[in-house]
Amino acid sequence: MRLLAVGREPLELNTLVAAVTQGSDGAVASFLGVVRNHNAGRSVRYLEYEGYEPLAVKIFDRIAGEARDRWPGVRIAIHHRLGRLQIGEASVAIAAASPHRADAFAACRYAIERVKQIAPIWKHEFFDGGDVWIEGAVANPDDEQARAEAERVACA
Amino acid sequence: MRVTVRLFARLRDIAGAPELAREIGPDATIGSVWRDLARDFPELAPYARSISTAVNADYARMDRAVRDGDEVAFLPPVSGG
Repeated sequence: MRLLAVGREPLELNTLVAAVTQGSDGAVASFLGVVRNHNAGRSVRYLEYEGYEPLAVKIFDRIAGEARDRWPGVRIAIHHRLGRLQIGEASVAIAAASPHRADAFAACRYAIERVKQIAPIWKHEFFDGGDVWIEGAVANPDDEQARAEAERVACA
Repeated sequence: MRVTVRLFARLRDIAGAPELAREIGPDATIGSVWRDLARDFPELAPYARSISTAVNADYARMDRAVRDGDEVAFLPPVSGG
């Protein structure tokens, strides 16, 4: 299984956990982002995710590399789903394995923060009464201040 | 010379197409491709300060030169996760 992927199939966290875990690991931390039924005071009906797929996979590879540099020995898997997702469905799954739990937790949190900062993926929100493209972070992988902020949050 | 422009999310909605073939001059950069595009689709102009840009599926800066056959992507602020 590819550790880093973007696709339309439902996400399976267990597969990611199994793929990153080795005999030397003492911990695997995992994260599932799921579609919420409310946002900014709106009743959300569903989301449609769009992505620039080849660049997204390269960016996941960059994020995994940053995490390995910061927490040596960590192994990370990141899968993001595209297309129409209903309330409660998983949009992103991350697993981070490490010999020690502190590094696994930190690397997992770091990875989702970086995905939100720099992965070329967009939410189109369909809510009661209309629809809107969600525009969050200006993506710049070389913005060291943003990267340091993700690390700070991961270690908090 | 010609490049393929890829547009995503709201930028795609504004232009009405995910992909456009655009003629470029000999000294074209990502920035000049963007300015030509914003002239044809004025609603794009407010994004000048918030877009990220890529050439052939790698992030690149606005002053990067583009060549015949390149794929140039314009990305509004991202919202994955």
